[in-house]
Amino acid sequence: MITLSINGETHAIDVDPTTPLLWVIRDFVGLTGTKFGCGIAQCGACTVHLNGAPIRSCVTPVQAAIDQEVTTIEGIGQSGHGLHPLQQAWIDEQVPQCGYCQSGQIMSAVALLENNPAPTDDDIDLAMAGNVCRCGTYPRIRSGIKRAALAINALHEEAEPDG
Amino acid sequence: MGKWSRRAFITTGVAAGGVVVFGVAIRRGDRAAKVFDLVAEPGDSLFDVWLKISPDNTVTAIIPHAEMGQGVHTTLAMMLADELDADWSKVQVLEAPGDKEYANYALARGFAAGDADFPGWLIDTVDGFFFRATQVMGLQITGGSTSVRTTGQLAMRVTGAATRNALLQAAADEWQVPVSELSARDSMIYHDASNRSATYASFAVAAAEISLPSKPILKDSDEFRIMGTSPPRDDIPAKVDGSAMFGIDTTLPGMKYVAVKAAPVFGGSVSSVDVSSVQDMAGVRKVINLDDAVAVVADGYWQAQQALDRLQVEFDDAGNSHWEQSDIFQQFADDLDNSAAAGDEETDVAVGDVFAALADADQLIEAEYRVPFLAHAPMEPMNCTAWVHDGECEVWTGSQNPLGFAKDVSDVLEFNLENVTVHNQYLGGGFGRRAFPDYAVQAARVAAQVPYPVKLVWSREEDTRHDHYRQASISRFRGGLDADGNAVAWQNHYVNKYDPEEAPHIPYAIDNQRIVYSESSTHVPWGFWRSVDHSLHAFFTESFVDELAVAAGRDPYEYRRELLAHEPRYLAVLDLAAKKAGWGDPLPENTGRGISIHRSFGTIVAEVVDVEVVDGDVNVQRVVCAVDAGFAVHPDGMAAQMESGIAYGMTAALYGEISIRHGAVAQSNFHDYPMLRIDKAPAVETHIINSGEALGGAGEPGTPPIAPALTNAIYDATGIRIRELPVRQHDLGKPDYRETDVA
Repeated sequence: MITLSINGETHAIDVDPTTPLLWVIRDFVGLTGTKFGCGIAQCGACTVHLNGAPIRSCVTPVQAAIDQEVTTIEGIGQSGHGLHPLQQAWIDEQVPQCGYCQSGQIMSAVALLENNPAPTDDDIDLAMAGNVCRCGTYPRIRSGIKRAALAINALHEEAEPDG
Repeated sequence: MGKWSRRAFITTGVAAGGVVVFGVAIRRGDRAAKVFDLVAEPGDSLFDVWLKISPDNTVTAIIPHAEMGQGVHTTLAMMLADELDADWSKVQVLEAPGDKEYANYALARGFAAGDADFPGWLIDTVDGFFFRATQVMGLQITGGSTSVRTTGQLAMRVTGAATRNALLQAAADEWQVPVSELSARDSMIYHDASNRSATYASFAVAAAEISLPSKPILKDSDEFRIMGTSPPRDDIPAKVDGSAMFGIDTTLPGMKYVAVKAAPVFGGSVSSVDVSSVQDMAGVRKVINLDDAVAVVADGYWQAQQALDRLQVEFDDAGNSHWEQSDIFQQFADDLDNSAAAGDEETDVAVGDVFAALADADQLIEAEYRVPFLAHAPMEPMNCTAWVHDGECEVWTGSQNPLGFAKDVSDVLEFNLENVTVHNQYLGGGFGRRAFPDYAVQAARVAAQVPYPVKLVWSREEDTRHDHYRQASISRFRGGLDADGNAVAWQNHYVNKYDPEEAPHIPYAIDNQRIVYSESSTHVPWGFWRSVDHSLHAFFTESFVDELAVAAGRDPYEYRRELLAHEPRYLAVLDLAAKKAGWGDPLPENTGRGISIHRSFGTIVAEVVDVEVVDGDVNVQRVVCAVDAGFAVHPDGMAAQMESGIAYGMTAALYGEISIRHGAVAQSNFHDYPMLRIDKAPAVETHIINSGEALGGAGEPGTPPIAPALTNAIYDATGIRIRELPVRQHDLGKPDYRETDVA
């Protein structure tokens, strides 16, 4: 039995410890927002956070997540505040088309903005090049990240008027 | 291998604005009554099969097309709501159930083959001219960039307008006033003289009893309130929080998982399976020999895939394993040679006397172009959940043709069509791939052998190796120029024609044209790939016209202008793209600019690419796109489709290559079938022309012009003319990627 913490909830799961985290999240925990795209860490559709860092869950054995904090697309909305600013920016910029890759795109973007509140185009390229979108929403992803960065910074200024 | 045609599914357009007086699919009430239970609740009023009004004054548009990111649910609902004068904030969307009451796929096959008569029950829905449009709407096929042009124009707008008339009539009857004194706006009816107003819902029950006019007056484009605006798409919120349900997300109680491996060589089958290596593996339930594939059923997908990888399976190759990619191209070249020598080519276009014009020309230009096979590679691998129970089969999947899937599943299970139900989900990319039901048929065959529901998921490797591929091709050109550099002859001979038939045609005023083709069949399965034959022919023709311009010593944009002087609509699109791109402005070192223009699915698109080539690295910096689809119903959606079509075509132009090795597909996943990523994705500017001409499509027309605009730009930057895609196989200053891969 493996104990996992996903989006702050604890799950006890009877599964082979070498099973990729992706399939545990989807098939055993039942959170289907995290997607299967390639199985070899080439497309980023399966991106989740392990202790806040973006990882490809399709190649991460579930045993690597024991006693760690896993966050999925279902867990990034701020409690009481609805959507994460990146999710709102994705709506405002009308980013998704088919939408299948967007959970992974957003998870990579959340990690980017947590480390870098004002990313340049090069920063965005570096952080997001692991996430493939076949609908070609890249220009809107770029705009969405910039819009969300502004929104987050405005929130911070509001919270810390002297800062 | 039999060829499919979408020709039958492409309809004639209808003017975007103005008074449209064609009759259309207004079904009798008794037809609608049969579908009521499928789409409505007690208290709702159903109009035709496309619209319902609920007691809370909500209007629901019932859309017979799959949502795969093109925004079709929102755009079609806008068309209905605008004609209805509905309150957009109270409009909802429901995807039509994949039910025979909404259409019948068997009829579609007959229609497509041109040998079926209309059955009696469909007569009322069909009005001669609208025969083809009705097929697309009723058959729920999503493809051919047809949804707005057919369902939007002929079902949504007409039903919205007709229902508005019926509601006004019902209000006039109730209030005992002339209809002419009533007005409608935002789902309310007003009688100003008596200062009365009421909701649509309050007249819906009475209006549903009124027989709808089949030829209502539609709005002029200057009366549109919703069409031509860009409201947020209804599918997007669920696509940012993980709640959108794609086929692969289907979860049923007691469901098991299936991994599958088909014979690697097309046409092959399973020759032996030894289950001893997997039968003791945890979670493994069953190994099933499907003849052309083997499937493992397990408690989890990972367990199934692990067992499949360990399973001892032998496949035969149906005698096809001798095929190598070079042999296929050699066969194409030989068939072109032989066919030309024998003079037995099939003719697309024959005008003037090409042979005489070529003989008299002052300059003869020859070129041969090649393109490879391409896979679709949608982000969501093929998958399907199926459950056979109580003599029925239920299917959950993402499909561009849910009724066709139901038909094929019913055929393979030998069930009546009535006993197969397809629950269509969001598509994680379609691009033509999800028109083919192979994965649903596989899932149904497995489900028929087990007492529980099964979710079958293809690995990315399976998805790449068992696609229905865009054809590889060779296209040869001979062009003649007169002493002034004017094009006087255009001869084009290519292999393998699919659809649409006009894809190789050119808009240019060249007096002598001969466009011919020869068949050269392969064992590789063919499929619709975003823009279909346009995806290759635009590369061929727009490269060759560029070569003519270079040979004539002219500017490629100006040269096209001269050849398009008789086509003002093309000219306007070309000029807009060139102007917005700053055509003629000086460019930085190592940078080139290329242009192309192509019409597909009724829409004309011109694209200008700026590319920088440094040390062999190709960086597309910007794409400027001008598009005339007649009228952009949802301009932001139109722009999004251009951005998407460009990225899809650019991925193929730069990297896309499926090659055959020992009869099978050599590539397997994104490491060897690479995709455009954000660090190489250019800024895309889209400029829309609302010419008022017949509506064209949006989903595909952005794709064809990008490859030639890119390679024309590379020529401008480097002097290297790329005649064989993908670009990455060419030495533009660094070693060939294939040598790099080996090293």
